[in-house]
Amino acid sequence: MAHISMTVNGKARKATVEPRLLLVHFLREQLRLTGTHVACDTSQCGACTVLVDGRSTKSCTLFAVQADGSTVTTIEGLAPNGQLHPLQNAFWEEHGLQCGYCTPGMIMAAVTLLEDNPKPSEKEIREGISGNFCRCTGYQHIVNAIQRAAGEKR
Amino acid sequence: MPTTPVLPKLVGQRVKRREDPRLIQGRGTYVDDIALVGMLHLAFKRSDLAHARIRSIDTSAAEALDGVEAVFTGAQIAEFLAPMPIATPFPSPEHRAVAADTVRYSGEPVAVVVARDRYVARDAADAIVVSYDPLPAVVDLEQAMTGKPAVIHPDFPDNLAIALVPSGTGVSASGSVDDSAIDAAFANAEIVVSQRMMNQRLAPSAMEPRGVVAHYEPGKGTMTIWSSTQNPHILRTFIAALTGLGQDQVRAIAPEVGGGFGAKINIYGEEYVTAAISKRLGIPLKWIEDRSEAFVATIHGRDILGYVDVAARRDGTVLGLKLRLIADIGAYNMLLTAAIPTLTMMMANATYNIPAVRVTLTEVFTNKTPTDAYRGAGRPEATYFVERAMDMLARELNMDPAELRRKNFIKPSQFPFATQTGAIYDSGDYEKALDLALKNAQWDRLKAERDAARSEGRLVGLGLAMYVEVCGIGPSASLPTGGWEHSQVTIERDGRISATTGASPHGQGNETTFAQMLADQFGVPFEHVTILHGDTGVVKQGIGTFGSRSQAVGGTALLMAGAKVKSKMAKFAAALFEAHEDDLVFENGTISVKGSPASAKPFASVAAYAYVPVPLPEGLEPGLSDEAFFEPTNNTYPFGCHISMLEIDRDTGEPTLLKLVAIDDAGNLINPLIVEGQIHGGLAQGIGQAMIEEVVYGNDGQLLTGSFMDYALPRAIDFPRFELGASVTPTPVNPLGAKGVGEAGTLGSTPCIVNAAVDALSGFGVKHIDMMLRPEKLWRILQGGRS
Repeated sequence: MAHISMTVNGKARKATVEPRLLLVHFLREQLRLTGTHVACDTSQCGACTVLVDGRSTKSCTLFAVQADGSTVTTIEGLAPNGQLHPLQNAFWEEHGLQCGYCTPGMIMAAVTLLEDNPKPSEKEIREGISGNFCRCTGYQHIVNAIQRAAGEKR
Repeated sequence: MPTTPVLPKLVGQRVKRREDPRLIQGRGTYVDDIALVGMLHLAFKRSDLAHARIRSIDTSAAEALDGVEAVFTGAQIAEFLAPMPIATPFPSPEHRAVAADTVRYSGEPVAVVVARDRYVARDAADAIVVSYDPLPAVVDLEQAMTGKPAVIHPDFPDNLAIALVPSGTGVSASGSVDDSAIDAAFANAEIVVSQRMMNQRLAPSAMEPRGVVAHYEPGKGTMTIWSSTQNPHILRTFIAALTGLGQDQVRAIAPEVGGGFGAKINIYGEEYVTAAISKRLGIPLKWIEDRSEAFVATIHGRDILGYVDVAARRDGTVLGLKLRLIADIGAYNMLLTAAIPTLTMMMANATYNIPAVRVTLTEVFTNKTPTDAYRGAGRPEATYFVERAMDMLARELNMDPAELRRKNFIKPSQFPFATQTGAIYDSGDYEKALDLALKNAQWDRLKAERDAARSEGRLVGLGLAMYVEVCGIGPSASLPTGGWEHSQVTIERDGRISATTGASPHGQGNETTFAQMLADQFGVPFEHVTILHGDTGVVKQGIGTFGSRSQAVGGTALLMAGAKVKSKMAKFAAALFEAHEDDLVFENGTISVKGSPASAKPFASVAAYAYVPVPLPEGLEPGLSDEAFFEPTNNTYPFGCHISMLEIDRDTGEPTLLKLVAIDDAGNLINPLIVEGQIHGGLAQGIGQAMIEEVVYGNDGQLLTGSFMDYALPRAIDFPRFELGASVTPTPVNPLGAKGVGEAGTLGSTPCIVNAAVDALSGFGVKHIDMMLRPEKLWRILQGGRS
């Protein structure tokens, strides 16, 4: 067992974990932050995307011990309680989700996409979210949402 | 007089979804988010062979692991769990949730572990040692029909689950067959096009894998089961039957469900096993599917081979259609497996007035994951076969594909139209959809662009496809579970409205659309309406969400229940107003006497009176709550036209979809924003089938596309911006005039893209290309054409 500490959504957390415990399972099962989802076991789908030290990261690609000392933000911590991040609001406005399962990961991926490229073209958005699968929307409304959040509403 | 805000009518408006705030903040509760005190976790040991006899299973190492509570082999589970039921009337081999003596597909469960957490459960499953006597794997569909290299189920010779069932012209209800009309059609033909086409196997791939939590409470003798299902009431029925409980003793809950696409209609072995072991041990249990498991353990879709023959005159008049279907259903019949290809038979008439149609269906067992409903479920296959064949005919006749179709359409005056294949199309105007698609796509201009591109040496093609599908499923005669839907509407004491629906959604936004409808019906604010669903403890009856039925069937039940309650509320209001109940107006959160707005009383005050009825109007019971079952008289038949433009890279064979124009006619729309989303998603799956998705098995029956590394799920970069449009032809089958839209996108898109690919390669002598459009396949055609 390994001792780890990290800041998750602004709170200092300490835990004792198996070295093989994935970060996503640590977040979901030990911290009960179940907004981060698991949709594959090969790091293709992006449903588990969170911010680690401010950068979007697939939390199934890290062991919890590798995030020791890091700052982690999950969908629950993206905006202060009761408020919506501009991306969250844009997904709502543009019907950027249906079943909602991929949505937290998609939003967290888009956070870094827009930080790196505040005014992305449609093609850049489509490329930027290609590490995240959505089976419901055909992506068009997701693209619209990210455009809206970027202040580039069609 | 107090002023009240004027409430807009919401039906037909692009209302933002009320489901979204919880989902975008990570506050939805999916099955895997549920944690019960004392809950243990299951993991299944699965066969790594496609076909084998189990010689022995050694569970000792698994049982010795710290944290393992119990291990059950298939033989042990068979002692307390009956074989899996199906819901179709076809003969079916015994199917154990966990194989007891023989495994028949790679991934079939052979044992199950109960342990402290999912990591330990997985360790223990891996520690189970199974010894097999391998048998030859049956993989090739047409070889399977000869009984080679093995017979999978001894009672089904030549692996035939269903052999050569005919339907169409000359086939009577009793099964007698008269070939004269179909033979005459082909004898009189001036041209016949024939093609073998494979509609390949797909993995539905809802982003949320399946999962179940079962909690049997021995003290109460009741079971609560949470499952990622499209139909909790059907789940309750079957769980009760297999655990020996009454339906009143089982509560089934579909919490947030992360997509279904038909694959979560089926009731799976893991659901039965989790419930049965929970009952046996008296503790709550959870099983969550891995994605790798999902590829083998969740049903697959499609996998139907079609032999199509079309007889026509040289002017393009279609005289006859023959379609011989052979479905590879995998190793077992699941809940609806056998019925899915019958929908392909039913819809083989497509949008055309064809004098003679003959369809035959054979279903074949192979050593693969069983098939069942996947978005469209039988109708995309029919559409694909017919629309590819129509395109081949147009090419042979050198006719514009749009004009060939126009010539053969069923005309608006012919509805309701009884097809040769047993459907009664409710309403339609196919030419309207075609014309709108041609206009929106600028068909003539696209043709000029294509030709200009070709003159530059680029391989650009155009494709067009019509579709009609059967939705709003359906009358009880068409569904073994019953085809109605149920709703209960209650005006609460404070004037707010709660309503239940049996149409349990998994992304369709029913909480929003149903609230729009009730807000309009009662003239109250949208925010005052709550839609309850997905819990058989709250929603007393229901069928579920599939077959594009939520609005057409569930929405109608909702309005029917609403009308009953409104009528009763009007009686209470009439007593208060000393007016006639027919003279009351419900609007803007008030009830008033017609022509006398000053008489308006708050809606809530009438509700409060109904619950403390002093005096109680004569002939009324207190309270405002009523229910309705809606049994439709027919299915609905939405239709449309999809057009695509596609380019193939001359050097690599890689296809790129340049344009997709869709006209979909789903009748009246409740929320166009949600409808667009449904169509986008359907298009994505239909395009995925045409271009990049395919489940592939090796000759040994091993699944070669067992993860998202190998199974190409479409990404955002795979699509252009879809261009949607709608025509509106209401259905007479329900008072909403709504036909259903969930599956529409998967019908026209697939053949229209393959038609475009064939068009792009027409200079290479290509008549047909089987899906998917793998670049290597197209590159070989390009090499052949050059040599």
